[in-house]
Amino acid sequence: MASGKAVIRARPWVAASFLLPALLLLGALVVYPIGYSIQRSLFDASGDSFVGLDNFKEIFTNDSIRTALKNNLIWIVVAPTVATALGLIFAVLTERVRWATVFKLVVFMPMAISMLAAGIIFRMVYEQNPDRGLANALATTVHDTFAESSSWPDAQPRPGGPLTVEEDGSYLLTEPVTAGTPALLPLVAVPQPELSGADPAVAPGGEPGEVTGTVWMDFTRGGTGTENAIDPEELALSGITVEAVRDGQVVAEATTGDDGTFTLPAEADGAQLRLPSDNFTAPYNGIEWLGPNVVTPAIIASYVWMWAGFAMVLIAAGLASVPRETLEAARVDGANEWTVFRRITVPLLAPVLGVVFVTLMINVLKIFDLVYVIAPSSSQADANVLALQLYLSSFGTGADQGVGSAIAVFLLLLVVPVMIINLRRLRRENQR
Amino acid sequence: MTAPTLTAHVPDPANAPASANAGPPPERWSSRLAAIASGTVVRVVLVVLGVLWLLPTAGLFVSSFRDPRDIASTGWWEALTDPGQWSFSNYDSLLGNEKFTGSVWTTVAITLPATALVIVLGALAAYAFAWMDFPGRDWLFLVVVGLLVVPIQVALIPVARLFNTLGIFETTAGVVLFHSAFGLPFAIFLLRNFFAEIPRELLEAARLDGAGELRLFFRVVLPLGGPAIAALAIFQFMWVWNDMLVALIFADAGSPPMTVALQQEMRQFGSNFDVLAPGAFLTMLIPLAIFFAFQRQFVSGVMAGAVK
Repeated sequence: MASGKAVIRARPWVAASFLLPALLLLGALVVYPIGYSIQRSLFDASGDSFVGLDNFKEIFTNDSIRTALKNNLIWIVVAPTVATALGLIFAVLTERVRWATVFKLVVFMPMAISMLAAGIIFRMVYEQNPDRGLANALATTVHDTFAESSSWPDAQPRPGGPLTVEEDGSYLLTEPVTAGTPALLPLVAVPQPELSGADPAVAPGGEPGEVTGTVWMDFTRGGTGTENAIDPEELALSGITVEAVRDGQVVAEATTGDDGTFTLPAEADGAQLRLPSDNFTAPYNGIEWLGPNVVTPAIIASYVWMWAGFAMVLIAAGLASVPRETLEAARVDGANEWTVFRRITVPLLAPVLGVVFVTLMINVLKIFDLVYVIAPSSSQADANVLALQLYLSSFGTGADQGVGSAIAVFLLLLVVPVMIINLRRLRRENQR
Repeated sequence: MTAPTLTAHVPDPANAPASANAGPPPERWSSRLAAIASGTVVRVVLVVLGVLWLLPTAGLFVSSFRDPRDIASTGWWEALTDPGQWSFSNYDSLLGNEKFTGSVWTTVAITLPATALVIVLGALAAYAFAWMDFPGRDWLFLVVVGLLVVPIQVALIPVARLFNTLGIFETTAGVVLFHSAFGLPFAIFLLRNFFAEIPRELLEAARLDGAGELRLFFRVVLPLGGPAIAALAIFQFMWVWNDMLVALIFADAGSPPMTVALQQEMRQFGSNFDVLAPGAFLTMLIPLAIFFAFQRQFVSGVMAGAVK
């Protein structure tokens, strides 16, 4: 190791006085703990009796630790892949704009802040209520642009009334309708505020040859109204789809007007009227980001937000050293940008991409803060990862430091290959 | 592992390759139009992405100025059109809270010594590794490089036990020592590689002038190591300032640093963003200031040390 280069053969006490402070600290707080952890992982919770590899078995059999293992696997595969891919895309795209530096600053900025701060930021982003949480505000906006939301989510048939609730959530008028006799479809349970602005309900005229009817809120304040009859103060439910169904087939369809009335053509004569469930589905409320199902992907997204900038800057540095002539030659030969990217840029960048990917993998292996901060305690078990489990096992209530140490040793084993790569590279560089 | 490079990676817009815009001159109309169109698409995509990346932080910033009742009822974007919602009252009450202001001092009291210690001890050892000949040198350096990727998790239980014995468990001193120890492998590795590049003649000339080892170290090596030390200092400072895990275990729970103090404020369903938002923003202030002031050193430090 560059031994020939040394200027002095130092007197032992000189070299020692330069080295000792650092080596003492490293020995006491890094090297000794490795040995201690390995030994401790072979003993039970109390630390008194030797249990062999039982603590390691526990990692693969205990349900909560297995969830952590599974999530860690998802993290290790997804987070580095997405962050590296985004970094590559950003690096390539920013090559083409003059204000690239500004964009890079914006994307790299999250690297400067703590995972706690990022966690708080994303707790706010992921708030369930679309009125407050940014993610669901965007989700509901997009959703409502493509799918119309229903107007009367709370409306229900009165128990014992003429309408019954079907299995699919639609409301069915069991009596078949006849042309010329108006049908009455009373609903209840719509909250008062939602009715503000509704017109009074109107009883339809009985035009011969047509099926007519009214859908309305069959409730008068104070409960003085007559059930299943349109009282003067009762309000119409507009915009409700009414289907005429015969033998399971929809034969006609209409929508209620502002006064609650609808008119169906003569084909509907003798059919049953149905109010499909679309009329009454609850409004789309966005995704339950921090619920048990998507909490891990949601936290991974916050990690990608933090680390895509890291990938981008490293890859951009690699990109700057890709020879321009090679790219230009390919373009002159008629290759389009996509071919140039796939056939030349990416292969040339492969070493950089590899470094970025491995670095992120090691980083993700030990992910703790983001999960601890973002996952609410109700879904912490679903979001569990090894480093969090290690913390809980070692310092939580009912701690078992034997298992905690086993997880620590397991993490250490996972980084050993990288350790070996580092040492090999060092040796190679010194032989040159 | 990222090889520590001391040339900054922040791209300079002046040197940014402009090849995509300045393609070979003889082109047909259609392909030029296509190039202009794709350029526009790229710009639009980048603007959208940039805004997307800024929004979460913007949300924190805006929320930190809103009344708890406003935070509980509407989204932060409502405040953009309603200047009446902005006030400093969250900050006033946070800065009047002694527990929080105390945590700021604890963070400083942990971060500054932990940074200084790593630089001093790391530089001393790195100099010995680079320029002194002693038995076992190569072997020892291999061990240091091997320690680069050791996860701090391995040390939590043993060091907690050790600190308990020494009586420094849950003290600022303990946190400082822990961070220093885990900062050292990277510090030694980075600085040794940098010091090794110092021209031998410089050192020999100084020695001929009668300079002793210490004098040589302080007068020649340290000043020449400036850029590497700056990158290291910034990396270590950010690492310690932003740490939560080590502080959670080793800091005094009665006067914890900012990250832990804020973590203790978290609730099952965050209803107290009037405390969390300004608090989080205050913890971000110093790191962001350093980031914007020392971009080059910051980037090279992060790039070289990210493997931690």
